[in-house]
Amino acid sequence: MSAHAENLTHDDAHGHESHGALSENNFLGLPNIKLAMWAFLGSECMFFGSLIGTYFFYHGNSLGGPLPKDVFSIGITSISTFLLLMSSLTMALAVDAMKQQKPLTARTFILITAALGACFVGFQVVEFHEFYTEKHLVFAGANASLFGSTFYTMTGFHGTHVTVGVIWLLIMSVLITKKKLVPGKEAVNVEVMGLYWHFVDIVWIVIFTFVYLLEFLK
Amino acid sequence: MASIADFAAAQKPIYHQERPSKTGLLDWLTTVDHKKIGILYGGAGLFWLLIGGLEALLFRIQLARPDQHIFVGDTFNGLVTMHATTMVFLAVMPMIAGFSNYFVPLMIGARDVAFPRMNAFSWWTFFAGSLTINASLLFCGAFPAAGWTGYAPLTTRDFSGMPIDFWWAGLTLLAVSSMVAGVNFVVTILNLRAPGMTLMRVPVLAWMMLVIQFLLAFSFPPVAVGLILLAFDRTFGTVFYATNMGGDPHLWQHLFWLFGHPEVYVLILPSMGIVSEILPVFTRRPLFGHHAVIFSGVFIGFVGFGVWGHHMFTAGMGPIADAAFASTTAIVAIPTGVKIFNWIGTMYNSKMTFPTAMLFAISFIPMFTLGGLSGMMHASPPLDLQQHDTYFVVAHFHYVLVGGALQGLFAGFYFYLPKITGKLMNETLGKIHFWVFLIGFNVTFFPMHMLGNHGMPRRIYTYPADAGWNTENLIATSGVFLMTFATLVFVYNLLTSLKKGKDAGSDPWDANTLEWMTTSPPPVHNFDFTPVVLSERPLWDHKYTPGFEIPVPEKAEEIHMPSPSWKPMWVSGSAGLIIVGLLTFNGVFGIPGWPLCIAGALGIIFSVYAWVTEPV
Repeated sequence: MSAHAENLTHDDAHGHESHGALSENNFLGLPNIKLAMWAFLGSECMFFGSLIGTYFFYHGNSLGGPLPKDVFSIGITSISTFLLLMSSLTMALAVDAMKQQKPLTARTFILITAALGACFVGFQVVEFHEFYTEKHLVFAGANASLFGSTFYTMTGFHGTHVTVGVIWLLIMSVLITKKKLVPGKEAVNVEVMGLYWHFVDIVWIVIFTFVYLLEFLK
Repeated sequence: MASIADFAAAQKPIYHQERPSKTGLLDWLTTVDHKKIGILYGGAGLFWLLIGGLEALLFRIQLARPDQHIFVGDTFNGLVTMHATTMVFLAVMPMIAGFSNYFVPLMIGARDVAFPRMNAFSWWTFFAGSLTINASLLFCGAFPAAGWTGYAPLTTRDFSGMPIDFWWAGLTLLAVSSMVAGVNFVVTILNLRAPGMTLMRVPVLAWMMLVIQFLLAFSFPPVAVGLILLAFDRTFGTVFYATNMGGDPHLWQHLFWLFGHPEVYVLILPSMGIVSEILPVFTRRPLFGHHAVIFSGVFIGFVGFGVWGHHMFTAGMGPIADAAFASTTAIVAIPTGVKIFNWIGTMYNSKMTFPTAMLFAISFIPMFTLGGLSGMMHASPPLDLQQHDTYFVVAHFHYVLVGGALQGLFAGFYFYLPKITGKLMNETLGKIHFWVFLIGFNVTFFPMHMLGNHGMPRRIYTYPADAGWNTENLIATSGVFLMTFATLVFVYNLLTSLKKGKDAGSDPWDANTLEWMTTSPPPVHNFDFTPVVLSERPLWDHKYTPGFEIPVPEKAEEIHMPSPSWKPMWVSGSAGLIIVGLLTFNGVFGIPGWPLCIAGALGIIFSVYAWVTEPV
């Protein structure tokens, strides 16, 4: 290591605010973290594309167990879908409030978003429970079917993504409370979270449309 | 011209860190410096190259004569499987990651990567994955033996034992590591370029690294899904690959090769980049068709996602899919040909010098072309049906991966190592390495074309004496000893150069690009001042073109460098804990593993919180 390092660590000129600015180069004029999120979402497209592709690759191949039409109840799932869509609205409002230097308003919307996301996950848990106990759609083991394995895996990974988002939102609200996440330069962190949240939402729109609704297309 | 050195002497640039870097071993455990992580990747890659080579040596001894019984059955299969898995994921990929870590920020005039701690996370996750795959030898006394392609249902619990669990677990960790690294370097190359370095001024090697980072980020998710489904089948008893439940063996093949073919370009494009950097330096002229070389690399990356089906012509996809994949595969020849002609154009009628780096770069071209030509044969489904799973295919991809990728990386080592160590490698030993390796490589793999056309299948542990394969097999095995000797000469050369090598100075090859502007080895902050890039060959023009001198600022800039951190290792460790929990999910000695999964998940949440609140 350079001999200079030792002398400089006591330099108090830089507070905690300076983090993030590791290199002054910023060629595209976009924050690094935003660019990273877009690249990551591209990767996620391939991930969910593979999961949803697997579901349709096996669609109609099950040798036993219930069929999709036997288990889906569009009414209930429509409610949870509506809640998730509304959470995208509150997420957008949170991003906007942060940009307008209103961290406490942003925190309120973040918490509402997290609550809506948690409700969605709750609905999913109830749905899984009902499918398993009443409709006998089995994920694994002796009575498992291809529909069960692919359906639970695909929607389960989506639910996991929502859960990760909820935890992320909660951490963010703690950071805002502790004034470790402040408007200005760091508003982009909320915006990046918003990109993730909208993406997870869009994935659900795809799943709800193609997996659930199209089953009932006459 | 001397102004850059004057600046360094006069200004004594200084940098600021939130916490000082640690020393000794702790420094290597907590470092977020892209150069140190590059050295770790490169060192690990070299280590596994030797292990993978040893595995090849062992099974080639088994195949040297007919009817031998030294390594038979699953022992042989394990050696073959681990040779390929090791060479692809643990040797060539980390060596590429090493070059990309060490040199990409230097080439584009940056001080580090965009996310230094994420970079450390990638490295530790890779480290955990490499150990996990090989841990099957320790815990099961056997290697995974289902081939590196791990075709399901062969890898399901009905047909394969515990070692495959270590295989999917390790590969899943490597997939996470590669996806994170891909995202990190995409941002680094696009956003951290020095002022004035427009995309067409980005060095070709950095460009090829950009292309492969997109390939890593977008091609690993499908195989990650395939591995997760395999893990679910093996751990929980789902039925994804259970053919008796309606499962289709095509599923794994599609998910694997949708990753597997872009992965081939991940392995070859960096070597193409290295060759494109070395040829102009030793021919003393710009790269012929510079932009065409870049665009053809990008084109190869795009097409790479549309050709995976040519691995599956024998799997019965149907004539329409076969025809489509045959056409897309044939298209790959066009951008590849563009590159080959541009390299030849660069060398044509020039005043070349021939240090070892240049020799490897030149021999890359015909050796890779041979592999490419036999590859084009496989684009034709009728021919492929004849050659599939024969030694002809083995010959093909070894010409591409050894004659191509590995020779390119060797060229890179001789060319770039002086920047890392500050010492030149011995040229005499280097030339011995080059000639023995080139001859040994051809002696090993050329006869395999004949073996394949004479019908010898891959992955058989022995063959009868009257099959007509005796001579070629004996020749092939003798070549392996030459390659082994050459590689040991290389390692000896590398290690002795650290102490005895001649001082390299900052620019030993009179080169073109920014990494040669700073000292060898570079200081922690890479550059004393942020260079402004005025042309495609900034350093060359700085030295030889009046009016293109890199402007030296009046005064030192404030430099903030990232602090060392334990958090990347915490997150990697927590991810590893989840994997161990899944491996032991159904219980080892009656103790269920699922609590480890929960502990790992909580560990990730806790360490990520510590990560984001830690000042850098």
